[in-house]
Amino acid sequence: MSPLKRLPLLAMLAILGVLLVAPPFLKNYGVYLFSYWLVYVIATMGLNLTIGYAGQKSLGHAAFFGIGAYTVAILMKAGVSFWLGLPLAMAGCFAIGLALGFPALRVQALYLAFATLGFNTAVWLVMRNEEWLTGGTFGINGIARPSVFGLSLDKPLAYYYFVLVTTLVLAALQWKLLSSPWGKAFTALRDNPIRAESLGVDTRRYTLLAFAIGAAYAGAAGALFASLVEFIEPAPFTVGASIMMYLMVVVGGSGYFFGPWLGAAVGVLLPEWLRFAQAWYLFVFGAAVVALMLWLPDGLLSIPDRLRARRQARQASAQRAAAAANVKGQQA
Amino acid sequence: MTDFFQLVFSGMATGSIYALAALGFTLLWQASGTVNFAQGEFVMLPAFTLLAFAALGLPLSLAFLATCVVAVVVLGWGFKRGIADPLLRHGLMPIVVATIGLAIAARNGVRAGYSAEAHPFPAIFTDTLFKFGGVTVTLADIGTLAIALALVLGTQAFLSKTVTGRAMQAVAQNTESATVLGINVPRMIFYAFAINAILACAAALLVTPTYLAKFDMGEGLGTKAFFAAIIGGFNNSRGALLGGIIVGVGENLASAYISPAYKDAVALVLFMVVILFKPQGLLGKKVERKV
Repeated sequence: MSPLKRLPLLAMLAILGVLLVAPPFLKNYGVYLFSYWLVYVIATMGLNLTIGYAGQKSLGHAAFFGIGAYTVAILMKAGVSFWLGLPLAMAGCFAIGLALGFPALRVQALYLAFATLGFNTAVWLVMRNEEWLTGGTFGINGIARPSVFGLSLDKPLAYYYFVLVTTLVLAALQWKLLSSPWGKAFTALRDNPIRAESLGVDTRRYTLLAFAIGAAYAGAAGALFASLVEFIEPAPFTVGASIMMYLMVVVGGSGYFFGPWLGAAVGVLLPEWLRFAQAWYLFVFGAAVVALMLWLPDGLLSIPDRLRARRQARQASAQRAAAAANVKGQQA
Repeated sequence: MTDFFQLVFSGMATGSIYALAALGFTLLWQASGTVNFAQGEFVMLPAFTLLAFAALGLPLSLAFLATCVVAVVVLGWGFKRGIADPLLRHGLMPIVVATIGLAIAARNGVRAGYSAEAHPFPAIFTDTLFKFGGVTVTLADIGTLAIALALVLGTQAFLSKTVTGRAMQAVAQNTESATVLGINVPRMIFYAFAINAILACAAALLVTPTYLAKFDMGEGLGTKAFFAAIIGGFNNSRGALLGGIIVGVGENLASAYISPAYKDAVALVLFMVVILFKPQGLLGKKVERKV
């Protein structure tokens, strides 16, 4: 079944409508939050490709997010245009993803999780310690927003629409990728790596590619993030942030195309609104993740699937009962 | 040169604490396939429990015993029944995610419900210094190393010498044959969880006087315990000790001779080198993939 059919088309159009129409009615902070959310949607879309479709456990996604952000910030400080910085950030993350994934993917499952976790720590240490490059804990401020065809994206609303368009383009690209034979190979890998391998899928190459493409998405998100907040420092790129991104993907439903949209909302939007109770929110969030795993190990978006499966089971048992009654009636 | 020995020795003391957490981690993995991402929080929670008992007026030894009992019930039995048992049959990912959630909940529960400050913790050793041919060592380092070594070796001896310990190993190696041989598998798995809880309490007792009791004290500790476990060999209990000490000594040397700012990267570098050349860990056995 194609992933798009899982969510009724109407609901999708309605959400898109809200995303297009609602922001002009919001205050600047609301618009900012929407852009912030979309940036995380892009990042977790990449992570969803790695986790949900290729089945690799990566706990270092925030490192790529950070590399993207710092690449754009440093380049723009050096006078390079955002439009060159964005592709460079993506390409850089893609290359680093390949370089990291190559040794880490030699060994399966858990090792990748630890390798990426450690990589994240190392990247974070560089961001914090190498002041000549990254500004250390003071960070880099005054990152400008780009303009497109002479149209300035300085205003929150203009930048929001820019982020929205980028998100939709990247989502469409991922959609194309997933419905291509490549994408099928990714899912084949996740579901049964040994079978996929015996059917001639070069497992290592595809997992490596899925990982690197996921990293490139994080790079793009990081680039947009730097321009959105206009000031970056090492804090949003810690191991903790990576773990949050991982949880966002899982909470939304890993392997569901729209999982990241929902997961990022739970992981980014809710805590922003509930800032006054941050520690309690995280407590509840952590406990909810445990509960979710116990009852819905496939994430929130598996609820419709579950309900459908239950309804079908009930119909099937009703049909069986009716058939049995029929047989009995004929015998009598 | 004396500096060098001093660094190595205090590194071994820190490393032996990593080893305690790492040993519990490998025990859980071997017995049940549980990967506990909340291992650091399993050290943080007893530290606060012990403080609470001490605040009630119990002497340190009684407070520690009471903490061990609570930990075995909550972090051993409760964790096994509530989280590990229901999730293990769904494979690795749900339990990883659930323990990550548990870690976040534990950390922030303590932060929001009790305190975000660092609390002083009663030291079990006095501030005595010893000199061995110019090398100064503290009593705390000697004591920590001695207790941790005794615990790791004691656990080893328990696993290899006693009937119960051997039954636990049998369960770890092949659950089905163990069942056929009449071993009570769930009970053996529970023992592994209980030992993990007690080792965590001991780690809390040894590490908290220097780390101070704080809601996020488990974060670094848990990660280093994982790395130590993998460096030593994930499926070998002796490996945990070796890995822990390698990480502890490596960190001390790197922060003295390379850069203190990159101390936390040492475990990662060691880990990367080990998995590149010996993915099963220094002492681990190679496990082939099964179709």
